[in-house]
Amino acid sequence: MHIHQTVIFRHKPVIIGSYSIVGPKEGKGNFGPYFNYVMKDDCFGENTYEKAEKKMIQSAIVGAIENAKIKPNDINLMLAGDLLNQIISSSYAARYFNFAYLGLFGACSTIAESLAVGASLVDGGEFDTVVCSTASHFSTAERQFRFPLELGNQRPPTSQWTVTGAGACVIANEGNGPRITMATFGKVIDWGIKDVNNMGAAMAPAAMETMIAHFKDTDTTPDDYDLIVTGDLGKLGSEILIDLMEDNGYKLGINYKDCGQMFYTRNQNTLCGGSGCGCSASVLNSFLIKKLREGEYKKILFMPTGALMSTTATQQGETIPGVCHAIVLESDVNSDQIKENKKRRNKKV
Amino acid sequence: MDNELKKRNEAYNKYVKAKIPKTKAWPSLFNSFIVGGIICCLGQGINDLILYWFPNMAQQTAWAYTLIVLIFLASFLTGIGVYDKIGKFAGGGSIVPITGFSNSITSSALEFKHEGIIYGICVKMFTIAGPVIVTGVVASIAVGIIYLFI
Amino acid sequence: MYYLWVFLIGGFICMLGQVLIIYTNITSARILVTFVIIGVLLQAFNIFDPISSVARAGINVPIIGFGASLAKGAMSAVKAKGLLGAFTGGLEATAGGIAAAVVFAFIFSLIFKSKTKN
Repeated sequence: MHIHQTVIFRHKPVIIGSYSIVGPKEGKGNFGPYFNYVMKDDCFGENTYEKAEKKMIQSAIVGAIENAKIKPNDINLMLAGDLLNQIISSSYAARYFNFAYLGLFGACSTIAESLAVGASLVDGGEFDTVVCSTASHFSTAERQFRFPLELGNQRPPTSQWTVTGAGACVIANEGNGPRITMATFGKVIDWGIKDVNNMGAAMAPAAMETMIAHFKDTDTTPDDYDLIVTGDLGKLGSEILIDLMEDNGYKLGINYKDCGQMFYTRNQNTLCGGSGCGCSASVLNSFLIKKLREGEYKKILFMPTGALMSTTATQQGETIPGVCHAIVLESDVNSDQIKENKKRRNKKV
Repeated sequence: MDNELKKRNEAYNKYVKAKIPKTKAWPSLFNSFIVGGIICCLGQGINDLILYWFPNMAQQTAWAYTLIVLIFLASFLTGIGVYDKIGKFAGGGSIVPITGFSNSITSSALEFKHEGIIYGICVKMFTIAGPVIVTGVVASIAVGIIYLFI
Repeated sequence: MYYLWVFLIGGFICMLGQVLIIYTNITSARILVTFVIIGVLLQAFNIFDPISSVARAGINVPIIGFGASLAKGAMSAVKAKGLLGAFTGGLEATAGGIAAAVVFAFIFSLIFKSKTKN
C-alpha cells in the first residue's frame, strides 16, 4: 500500500541478519566497538583498493548470511551498490554468489534504496529472502572523485572523509529482528550547489524534501521516533537540515542525529565528518540494528542521503543533485523483554 | 517558475555560504610562509654548494641542476609518503615551489600504477601537471612571437 | 645574509598561493598554472631578472621561475634562430626540469606504492 511517496508494508519484512566491516581508521572511531570486523589494513589482503572494496562487500554478505543463520542457497536476490563507476565493487562481488543480482546506484543513500526495494519485494511476496549490501572505500573514492593520495594538498573545511566500510543485511518475510514498517522513496532535488567539497549542503534539501514527504504521508511528527538519523550530511549539512526543517515548521530535537557527524572522533581530523555508502551502511548494520534488537530504540527513521554527481558533470559546470530515501525500522522487542534484558545485563555486571 | 527556482537556489547558496564555518586564515598563511621559505632556502643552499664545487659553472646551469635536485627530493618524499603530510601542513607552501610540480607528477603516477605502466603510469602522470606544461609552453611561444616583432 | 631575502621573498610567494587556496578554493593544478603564467609575464616584461638578482632561489624555486625560464628561453632563441626559436626555446630551457620530473616520477612509481591517508 502506498500513499504518495511512502510505502506502508503489510507484512513488515524482518532484518534477520546483519554484518559490518570497516577499515582501521573507522575502527578507532566512535562506533568502533560495534562493528563486526575491523580490517587490519585497508587493502584487505588484496593488491588494489578496488579489489579490497569488492572483497569487503563479499565478506559482508557472507557475514550477514551467517548472522541470519541461514544457508546461502536460501537467498533469492542480492541488491547492492557502491560509489565506483559502473558500480563495479558490487557487480564484481556478485560473481561469487549464486543469487540473482540487481545493481542499484543512489550514491551514499544506496543502503536505504536497497532496503526499501528489498523490503517491497519481500512484502509483496515476490521473494522470500533478500540480501542488501553497499560499501565505500576512502582510497578508491579519493582517486575517482578527487586527487591522488600522495598529492600534498589541503582539504577544505567543508569536506568530508569517505568511510572505508561495508554493511550487509538479510531481509526475510519472517523471523526475529527489527522490522521494516515503512519506506519513503525520495525525489531528486537540486538547489544549485556546485561545490563538490560541500556535499552536506548539496544533499540537505533532498533530506528535507523526503523527511517532509514522510511526515505528511504517514501523519507523524519528529517526536514519534526515538531516533531520526540521516546518513552523511556531516556537521554542516545536518545543521542546514535542522534550519530547513524549522523553516517548514518541524523542529528536530535531540532525537535527530547524523551518522557522518558521529562517525569519527574529534581528533581524527575529518573536518565535517564521514561520508560515503559505507558510512550509513556500517552504522546501520552495527550500532542501529544492535540497539533495535536490544530494544533500546523502538522506532528509527533511517534516511541516508546521496549526492548523485560525477566528475564529468561537475567539470561541465553542472550543479549537484541529491536524493534521500527513508525507511522506518521498528524493534520487535516488547517492553517486558527490555526489562529482562536489562536485568540480565545488570546481573552480568 | 524558472525564475522562482533560480531565486530559491541563489538564496540557498547565499545562506550556505554564510553558514560555512570560518576558519582562521593566519595560521595556515604562516605555515605556508615558513615552509615555502624553507624550501627556497634549501634550493639556495643546493645552488651555492653546486657553485662551490664547480666554480666555473654558469649561473643558469647551476639553477638547472638545483631544480633537478629539488625535483628528485620531492619525488622521493612523495614515493615514501611524506610529501602529502608536508602538504597537509603547509598548503601553498609546498604546492607553489617546483617541488609541488614534482609531487603532482609523482603522486599521479603512483596512484595509477595498478592500471599498468602504459595506461596507468605513463598516461595518468600528467593529470595535474599537464596543464602547467601546456599553458607554460603556449604562453612562452606567444611571448617569443611577440618578441620577434618588436 | 641574502638567505634572509631568499626566505622572505620565497615565503611570501608561497603565501600568495595559500591566499588563493583559502579565498578562491582553487586546486593544485590551477595554482600551478596561475604562477607559471605570472612567471612568463614577469619575464616578458623583463621584471624577472631584477627580482631574481635579489631574491635568487626565493623566486627561482617557486614555479614562477619555471615560467620565467620558459619565456626567457623563447625570447633568447628568437634572437638567434628567428621564428623557430619561439617554438624550440621555451622547452629547451626547461627540458632539464621536465625530464627530471618525468623520469623520477616514473622510477619512483615503479618502486613505491601510494599509501592511504590517515
